[in-house]
Amino acid sequence: MPKPFSPKVVTANALLEGDVVYLTAGDEWTRHLHEAELLQDEAQASQRLLDAEMRPLEVVGPYLADARASDAGPRPVHFREEFRAAGPSNYNHGKQEEHA
Amino acid sequence: MYKYNDFDEAFVRERVAQFRAQVQRRIDGALTEDEFKPLRLMNGLYLQLHAYMLRVAVPYGTLNPGQMRQLAMLAERFDRGYGHFTTRQNIQYNWPKLQDVPDMLDALADVEMHAIQTSGNTIRNVTSDHFAGAAADEIEDPRPYAELLRQWSTDHPEFQFLPRKFKIAVTGAPNDRAVVRAHDIGLQIVKNDSGETGFKVIIGGGLGRTPMVGKVIRDFLPKADLLPYVEAIVSVYNLLGRRDNKYKARIKITVHENGLDKITRLVEARFVELRPHFQGADVALLERIAAQFAPPPLPEVGLGAFEQAFDSDPVFRAWVDSNVAEHRVPGHAIVTISLKAHGQTPGDATAEQMRVMADLAEAFGHHELRISHEQNVILPHVARADLYAIHARLRAAGLATANAGLISDIIACPGMDYCALATARSIPVAQQIATRFDALKLEHDIGPLKIKISGCINACGHHHVGHIGILGLDRAGVENYQITLGGTGTEDMVVGDRTGPGFAYDQIVPAIERIIATYLDQREAPEETFLDAYRRLGMAPFKAALYPVEKAHAA
Repeated sequence: MPKPFSPKVVTANALLEGDVVYLTAGDEWTRHLHEAELLQDEAQASQRLLDAEMRPLEVVGPYLADARASDAGPRPVHFREEFRAAGPSNYNHGKQEEHA
Repeated sequence: MYKYNDFDEAFVRERVAQFRAQVQRRIDGALTEDEFKPLRLMNGLYLQLHAYMLRVAVPYGTLNPGQMRQLAMLAERFDRGYGHFTTRQNIQYNWPKLQDVPDMLDALADVEMHAIQTSGNTIRNVTSDHFAGAAADEIEDPRPYAELLRQWSTDHPEFQFLPRKFKIAVTGAPNDRAVVRAHDIGLQIVKNDSGETGFKVIIGGGLGRTPMVGKVIRDFLPKADLLPYVEAIVSVYNLLGRRDNKYKARIKITVHENGLDKITRLVEARFVELRPHFQGADVALLERIAAQFAPPPLPEVGLGAFEQAFDSDPVFRAWVDSNVAEHRVPGHAIVTISLKAHGQTPGDATAEQMRVMADLAEAFGHHELRISHEQNVILPHVARADLYAIHARLRAAGLATANAGLISDIIACPGMDYCALATARSIPVAQQIATRFDALKLEHDIGPLKIKISGCINACGHHHVGHIGILGLDRAGVENYQITLGGTGTEDMVVGDRTGPGFAYDQIVPAIERIIATYLDQREAPEETFLDAYRRLGMAPFKAALYPVEKAHAA
């Protein structure tokens, strides 16, 4: 049995600032994970990643990260994605704070 | 210290101009990320978890006040008001924007600094003893040799694409403060039986996934042969080192797989070939460099108000006891400025703190500052009579923590708070340990103890050579921390022993507390350090304290 597909978001770093960004359903890059498009099936996820890879002037290193649905939008699954979404834990310096 | 000549100046400026054009081409789309990445890495620019990171070399850890002030300016203008000093005597900026980096590099060039070869499979920043030129136990100042190696290795055409990164450390003292046995090449200045000065050459040391203690390839190398011999080693490694597997590409594996005998034969043969080509130009250059490292005039001075302050002010006394080291000239001292205030990020300094340190070096320290691999800042030459005034100024800037060499003087890599390679966080673990033992008021009672924390197997936090080492890993999607005991990075380097299964993030500080309680309980006297006690007692009592349930089962 193949492993069931777990939901994903497309994420990357912005080319100019390096900020963590996520792809929205409206093809925008957002700094906020909860605004990202949650991709529920594998074919759709692959397609959206390809879309992101076609935008090298905007982002660096796009990839699919596990995420789960919540009332407030997608939430991280792995702790690495939690830190990427929230910023470092030693200072209140996450860029997400700045853009919030 | 070394002053750039016209060639150095032109070379660094040209690199900045090149990089400025490369950045523009990346932004315009003329370069892909795959094409741009090796170019930015050659100039010290990484893309980390949340932002770009610029790693600036502080060659052999030496800075003047003007340079420190420029680092402060960069922190304020292009970062968030601080910089992070690293275990390789570099400084890292965690928040630069891509377009600003060429301006940052130009500002660095203004004060004779750069970020060249702080990344990539090249010879990296040559590190050294942070007490160089000042230590009482030193045979000779190692920094002229480090500078010679810097000039030789910068843009060396044969060594821009080595199998893997290559790190060289030099020390001039028998007490190794530069961890030379954990480097690809470690150089230790020694005297032979006829009283001549030369190098003990050590190769194949390293930490990371496969920690190895370096092996002596030459007991005594005459000083004049330094460059041809080092070139012979790197040249042999360049051909023999594995390029098929990143994890087996460092010279430590090359030496391990081929054996020291074979490597020695190859190196010595290559040395014979290379030596005639140097024709003395290297020796002449070394002489010119060495002249620029002439020690500052340090007249024998009285102690002034020192003794009275030492006797009457317990806060000052505690700081002198832990943070002031013996200088080779009586009446002088070496000051370690702790960047490890309890609860702060190890190695971080704000722009304001950098300026205070620059001012102190100017007013009291013969314009010299050093960055230590233990992530502190050193004033290498101060008069004891000035210590009280220095302490007062440091205290006002939050820089007078009296903890050098103690439990809260922790090395920690950036870990998963910043680093894209990390598997777990390091900084908060260090913060919590420091805060906890400060609250317990046990720090000075525990005495000399080195805790070193890495957030992944690459071991930037030197955990293998910590008296207590902590390694953060990702175990099934959860942060997990392995502990090693008994490591040391000094002249008797030992890789620490693993205690057993790791601990969860919220269990690692209690685990460290159990180790310390065991030490305090079982040491023979307060003079028996943690490391000595561990060597006497072995792992058993610490294991019993760490894993009490298993012990109950065994019984």
